[in-house]
Amino acid sequence: MLSTLRRQTSTGLRLLIVFTVLCGIVFPLVVWGVSRIPGLSNSAEGSTITRDGTAVGSSVIAVDPVPADPAADPYFHTRPSASSQDVLGPADTSTSGGSNKAGDSSDLLETVSQRRALIAEREGVTPEQVPADAVAASASGLDPDISPDYAALQANRVARVTGLSMAEVERLVADATSGRVLGFLGEPTVNVTELNLAVADARGR
Amino acid sequence: MSDTLAGLLQVVLLLVLLAACYAPLGDYMAKVFSSEKDWKVEAALYRLVRVDARSGQRWPTYAMGVLGFSFVSIVLLYLLQRLQPLLPMSFGRGAVAPSTAFNTAISFVTNTNWQSYVPETTLGNTVQMAGLTVQNILSAAVGLAVAAALIRGFVRAGTDRIGNFWVDLTRATVRIMLPLSIVAAIGLLIMGVTMSLHSGVDVTGVDDATHTLPLAPTASQEAVKMLGTNGGGIFNANSAHPFENPNGLSDLFEIFLMLVIPVAMTRTFGTMVGNRRQGTVLLAVMGALWGALLAVAWFAETHPNGAAGIAAGSMEGKETRFGIPTSILFGVSTTGTSTGAVNSLHDSYTGGAGGVTLLNMLLGEVAPGGVGAGLIGILVIAIIAMFLAGLMVGRTPEYLGKKLGQREVKFAAVYILVMPAIVLIGAGLAIALPSTLDALNNDGAHGFSEVLYAFASAANNNGSAFAGITVTSDFFQSALGLAMLFGRFVLVLAVLALAGSLAQQKRVEATAGTLATDKPLFGVLVGGTLILVAALTFFPALALGPLAEALA
Repeated sequence: MLSTLRRQTSTGLRLLIVFTVLCGIVFPLVVWGVSRIPGLSNSAEGSTITRDGTAVGSSVIAVDPVPADPAADPYFHTRPSASSQDVLGPADTSTSGGSNKAGDSSDLLETVSQRRALIAEREGVTPEQVPADAVAASASGLDPDISPDYAALQANRVARVTGLSMAEVERLVADATSGRVLGFLGEPTVNVTELNLAVADARGR
Repeated sequence: MSDTLAGLLQVVLLLVLLAACYAPLGDYMAKVFSSEKDWKVEAALYRLVRVDARSGQRWPTYAMGVLGFSFVSIVLLYLLQRLQPLLPMSFGRGAVAPSTAFNTAISFVTNTNWQSYVPETTLGNTVQMAGLTVQNILSAAVGLAVAAALIRGFVRAGTDRIGNFWVDLTRATVRIMLPLSIVAAIGLLIMGVTMSLHSGVDVTGVDDATHTLPLAPTASQEAVKMLGTNGGGIFNANSAHPFENPNGLSDLFEIFLMLVIPVAMTRTFGTMVGNRRQGTVLLAVMGALWGALLAVAWFAETHPNGAAGIAAGSMEGKETRFGIPTSILFGVSTTGTSTGAVNSLHDSYTGGAGGVTLLNMLLGEVAPGGVGAGLIGILVIAIIAMFLAGLMVGRTPEYLGKKLGQREVKFAAVYILVMPAIVLIGAGLAIALPSTLDALNNDGAHGFSEVLYAFASAANNNGSAFAGITVTSDFFQSALGLAMLFGRFVLVLAVLALAGSLAQQKRVEATAGTLATDKPLFGVLVGGTLILVAALTFFPALALGPLAEALA
């Protein structure tokens, strides 16, 4: 009995070593090799957007921009991140994750109320007009998207602060909006990283 | 298009994709486990590790193969983590703490992939690839091998040989897991999943603030994480992280990947036992359960009941690109298999939807279950169902031409009792400890659910979590580690003993009094037994947690 176990274990060890090479080195490196193909390599390296040789963001991750002067805030803001220091504000990108707070949590209710009040004040609207995704922390804390409702809510302020016409800002929002994939997969989204870059470009023109 | 319609179309597309793969993949896997021929690369491998591929094993030898292989796997994975500073591409991430390394080693070898660490700050590329990716593949292959051995118990008669573990393991790896993983990984790359050997990339945003976004060799691990119903994220946020799951298409593909092998295994079973309807009946039970749980969770999540849940519109812990229906579809599929990957945080689900994900695991993960493990789970329930039916009519029960005597029922009973025992004793013990209160992220009924979920996830080798709970204490690391170990290996032993016992029997011919097991009536019996067993076992615990929360 014990000798069988010993024999089987040593066979197992030999096989494990072979499989570690096959599944742990060869397999990932083959996939990595495929990922070097032009067209795949940019998304494989994080879908970074480059301007003048500098990576200015990732089109699949958004980190909330901080305005130099909160009274003249020219940015579209992301959803809240559970990893940020305050109830709103940039995520700690060294990690990822959410609050894990339940629907009956009094902590969460308080946080959501604070966010709703802050956003309503920032946008000059009533708290009831702030959409749900604007006050709820995402699952990753790095959500690149906001709902079209939240983008529309911020468009007024962005137009006012940047001096762009409302029509121009609405056009930029529309450009950054994606419908559901194939018309029915996932949800309609507005990409915040791309939208803020487009606004910055429009201002620079 | 309304949210509901889009969500329903998504479910339809998923079912169409699964239906398209059902017969070809199921029959292919049946051939893999029945063929007498070795591939050249396999023959070379057997020579290299000195395995006699032609020799059949008795069940104890087969079981010792599983145990021995898993033991060395745990030791190697533990050592890799502890020795991380010596390994290349570790990015200075240091040696993993002993209790975390112990828990993680068990977690990945048992196909649980429970994670008590933040991957992007804890593990470098070498541990991820040569450690975790390897066990993502091999733990799934072990599941397939054990399922194949159990099917042979029904197929064979009058023999004490149930196959050769090394051959089953090698074929499951070389012919099933690796080829499918490569195809899946390339699919994920095309859909925009990352695959990088760098530690991260710096980006300087419009506000001139610079942030480092961690990168990882994602696509290869993501593919097998889903295909092998493993579920361990290469990032902390798992499939909610945009680098693991960037859009609605990649999300549906990932859901498809975790369901495809468990679903096709019922075809493999039907094909191997020579009557495909035997597999179809079991698949119907799995599918009905999956559909029913999906409907309940979907309704609950679109009708939030807590004050905070209502204020946040059920969007706390969800990604914008997924929204509610896509998140729920993922959540129900990940807990109905033994995957445990998440694209949204189950801890923030409503009481009803969170309760469904918990119940899905407590049902023993058979909707449609883990790779190999799902088929095993439903077959054991089928045996219990037959036993109950036999009691009702006073006749020795039989299933697929094998009598279900004292031995067979005993092993099946051990199988269905071990998991509840681990869950209830573990959760009871944890909740009795004063220190547990500090580990919880939520109060009241939901706090209790966090503990119950942790033990349900560990004992069922799922790996998802009500992740607010802090499980880095030595108590939780050890208790959950042991729960994963017993939840995997006691069950494997019971199944292999059952396989051995079945294979030894002569076949009994069906008579007019035999209950047909390829008809809908049998499906109803199996489904009823499944719900009865889980309800009797877990109703009190569920009433204290998710039920209390949902009805509050």
